[in-house]
Amino acid sequence: MTFDILLQALASGVLIGLIYALVAIGLTMIFGVMDIVNFAHGEFLMLGMYGSFWGFALFHLDPLLTLPLTALMLFALGVLLYRLLIVRIVDAPMVSQIFTTFGLMLLLRGLAQFFWKPDFRSIENSFVAGSVQWGGLHLGKPQLLAGAGAVVVTGLVYWFLHRTRLGVALEATAADKEAARLMGIDSHRMFALAWGIAAACAGVAGVLLSTFFPIFPEVGASFILIAFVVVNLGGFGSVAGAFWAGILVGVIEVMGGLLVGPEYKLAIVLVLFLGVLMWRPRGLMGKA
Amino acid sequence: MKASMKPTMAHPFPRIGLTVATLSLLAALALPLVVHNPSMLNLAVLALMAAQVGVAWNIVGGQAGQVSLGHAAFFGIGAYTSTLLSLKLGISPWIGLPAGGLLAALLSVAFGWSCFRLRGHYFAMATIAVAELTQIFFTNWEFAGASVGLNLTMDREGWAWLNFAGKLPYYWLALGLLALTLLAAFCIERSYLGYYFRAIKDEPEAARSIGIDIARYKQVALAVSAFFTALGGGLYAHKEFYIDPGSVLSTALSIKMALVAILGGIGTLSGPVLGALVLTLIEEASRMLFGGTGSGIDIVLYALLIVLIAVFYPAGLVGSIRDMTLRARQRWRRRQAAATAGTAATAAAAEGSRP
Repeated sequence: MTFDILLQALASGVLIGLIYALVAIGLTMIFGVMDIVNFAHGEFLMLGMYGSFWGFALFHLDPLLTLPLTALMLFALGVLLYRLLIVRIVDAPMVSQIFTTFGLMLLLRGLAQFFWKPDFRSIENSFVAGSVQWGGLHLGKPQLLAGAGAVVVTGLVYWFLHRTRLGVALEATAADKEAARLMGIDSHRMFALAWGIAAACAGVAGVLLSTFFPIFPEVGASFILIAFVVVNLGGFGSVAGAFWAGILVGVIEVMGGLLVGPEYKLAIVLVLFLGVLMWRPRGLMGKA
Repeated sequence: MKASMKPTMAHPFPRIGLTVATLSLLAALALPLVVHNPSMLNLAVLALMAAQVGVAWNIVGGQAGQVSLGHAAFFGIGAYTSTLLSLKLGISPWIGLPAGGLLAALLSVAFGWSCFRLRGHYFAMATIAVAELTQIFFTNWEFAGASVGLNLTMDREGWAWLNFAGKLPYYWLALGLLALTLLAAFCIERSYLGYYFRAIKDEPEAARSIGIDIARYKQVALAVSAFFTALGGGLYAHKEFYIDPGSVLSTALSIKMALVAILGGIGTLSGPVLGALVLTLIEEASRMLFGGTGSGIDIVLYALLIVLIAVFYPAGLVGSIRDMTLRARQRWRRRQAAATAGTAATAAAAEGSRP
């Protein structure tokens, strides 16, 4: 029985961890490419959730059907934000960078509250519902789908970064902006691309969450701190690191909640975060 | 330093800083004579308190350049210490406030120990984590009211308990505390500590090479800053009669303290005061115009302001004003020089060639 509970916690932890990973890879990409921490990253997730919600509420389209469109819209938003706003603070002092993205976070939240009200929303009766059972293990189908979706998207991003010309150019910019520029890579185009992909990833995470997680303007707040932890743990700039660290954080969070008490879930993760920052600031898989 | 620049004869801007400081002090002293409306007076108290924590934040965030986004931890410790001492042990806030300040300064050693080995973004994120941990701790601490918070009783009125029905005494208290904090910041800026802090901020490697113990002086800056932030938290608790983790320990509060300083001018003495005035007015105006309905438009305006300032005025209001007066001064000097050079023709030429 106890073993079943632990196994259950492990499985739930891995599933939510995969979502954390998907949120974090965008954050880690932006940081890796241009040394900016995006405080508004959770808001991309929030917008992804609302994308699903409105597709469902207005046109009765399942989140899975509207997923490509939502992802595309968030990609466009990410690129747009870079071109209009972030481009102005690329070389600004750190304080300006922090407060620009922090202000952006508040702005997106405020706009969501203004247009869509602060109410909690949810999507009922989506395609995928119910749960599956293996032995003593109960797992919700939406959660399983979300986990699988997160793996697929993370894999796609990884493939893009390592196997395509554009992705390699992006990696080159992350490694050395000046050298990449000398090779004829337009760094502003790469930065815009990073913002687009990052926003799209967080948006897809939001879509995947939307069938089993409440949707409200401040939902991003619950994910941004965790995403910071994942990014640090995995090493700033490392997509593979963020993937494994996401799973680890998910498992530690659920296990910690089980063993110590759910009110200390976040505390355990934060202590882990500080510990990693102190003793291994480049993260578990970060480049030295 | 620009402030110590000696004004020359027939200068158009003699001792501008001193003049502005004197005038603001007179205005602050005279304000209660003019303003009697309690809600307006409350607004003034809020602005003074925001200015005070901004000045306190600025000691470590501006002078020493360590951008903390976790100062709510100190504010909350100050608020909780004084409230708990008053509620549980019947100790007057005149002891409770400094006790909270000292406790915060003491705990800042742990804060510094876990964050100061990090730099830049890493430092900022670590400070958020420490403050969040503090908030989780108080949210689960039954003795301190957990998530419900603590209510101060209204029965013991008077100066001994900092407990008043009206707003005016809080105005004087907030003004006094702001003056004290400004004085401390001023003394630090002028002392050897100020030079060490600036060296750590601008050239950490050079500072280390001339033998400044960086870790130690960062910690000194943090402890002083924590002490005054906690005094602000204590005053807040006694003014509001009610505290909970959300109101005195939130990350939003940490951000606001930094924002006040950044908006006004990070690392300047008057910046946080100006920033607090502007920010409080804007917050209050947008809340009065659009708020209360939960529409979120007040948040949108506030957020837009943050973004615009961060992008276009990274030096803050004081920095921008300083640039403007500097330009005006140069223009004036050029005109003077042209006038002394003789003919009206040269003056006109200099005027014409002015960019």
